[in-house]
Amino acid sequence: MVGIIRKLGQWGLGTFERLGRGHIFLYHVLMGIPDVMVRFGLLIQQMLSVGVLSLLIIVVSGLFVGMVLGLQGYNTLVDFGAEQSLGVVVALSLVRELGPVVASLLFAGRAGSALTAEIGLMKSTEQLSGMEMMAVNPIKRVIAPRFLAGFISLPLLATIFTAIGVIGGYFVGVGLLGVDDGAFWSQMQAKVDFSEDIMNGVIKSIVFGFVVTWIAVFEGYDCVPTSEGVSRATTRTVVHSSLAILGLDFVLTALMFGNI
Amino acid sequence: MHNSKTVEIIVGLFVALGIAALFMLAMKVSNLSAFSGDGGYVITARFENIGGLKVRSPVTVAGVRVGRISNIGFDNTTYEAVVSMNITGDYNTLPTDTSASIFTAGLLGEQYVSLEPGGDEKYLQQGGEVRLTQSAIVLEQVIGQFLYSQAEGGDK
Repeated sequence: MVGIIRKLGQWGLGTFERLGRGHIFLYHVLMGIPDVMVRFGLLIQQMLSVGVLSLLIIVVSGLFVGMVLGLQGYNTLVDFGAEQSLGVVVALSLVRELGPVVASLLFAGRAGSALTAEIGLMKSTEQLSGMEMMAVNPIKRVIAPRFLAGFISLPLLATIFTAIGVIGGYFVGVGLLGVDDGAFWSQMQAKVDFSEDIMNGVIKSIVFGFVVTWIAVFEGYDCVPTSEGVSRATTRTVVHSSLAILGLDFVLTALMFGNI
Repeated sequence: MHNSKTVEIIVGLFVALGIAALFMLAMKVSNLSAFSGDGGYVITARFENIGGLKVRSPVTVAGVRVGRISNIGFDNTTYEAVVSMNITGDYNTLPTDTSASIFTAGLLGEQYVSLEPGGDEKYLQQGGEVRLTQSAIVLEQVIGQFLYSQAEGGDK
């Protein structure tokens, strides 16, 4: 019995310790961001590997998510003779929810795991310690550019995802199923508000970008420096970021649209 | 890895693509191009019953959208709903004896305010009030009246 309570206490202490380490780590990373501005090339290099190389999966997924929404929305709406509203259905669901959330989930899987693995491997091959030996701060040199690159890239990727998704919905709705072209866009423009819907979607993606990249770089930096530790850290990145995205999405949606 | 100039160009293209996507969403998907929100003026109208009217519902003149509902309040002394409408600055020639009615788009669609311009020489200004108003038609009341009149007719 005492053993179980002790285990529970151990687990609680460990969790809080990790949480505290994560926040101190975040503070150091944020303090390192001004130095990234000086060495801009590092940021550009990371933007390439984190942002640009995630572009393909984002574009393809966005297109197909939009096309499926168009198809499913049409099948439901046509029963009520309201297929003109297809544009509204596609645009609102993409702008408010699917754009930021699915793009962030894909980003966590594609870029977040890569960041963790890269940093974790640097740690286990003692490159980070080597940098410290040469009086180079690894947080400023390695972590901060990656964090900033992810933070900037995700909102851009989510916006691209949404735009491509709307085009995909248009392609299926207007191109294949014969919804009226003018009604598709005009109903959409009448119902989607820039500050209420689109900006809230962008704010969501900024929050997700912050959280996902934070989790990814922290897991990498904090991992057990063995091959097993790196693999565990990578798994944790994907699981924790996905849970964080979905949980935060509910909170943000409730705050923005929920009238709670 | 790559030549640093190529990398910079690719990342630049990526950022430009992101901004272009936001621009497309703003202009093509949302109503930003039609209603910027500034330069407009606010007029109010009092209704006995606003039905299902909501904030951000459209305000139309002759079926053309000229603004939207910015606020809905309640007057404690007259027990009327006070509806504030934000009209786009381009449409500043509404006469002071304009009347306002609440209509429904389609049978079950959303409700909107329709303004019917009068013949006055003076125009409504910021904070002006529309005095002639017609309340929303509540479907339940109409059905109730219809059933009632049917029942009355059945007795004869």
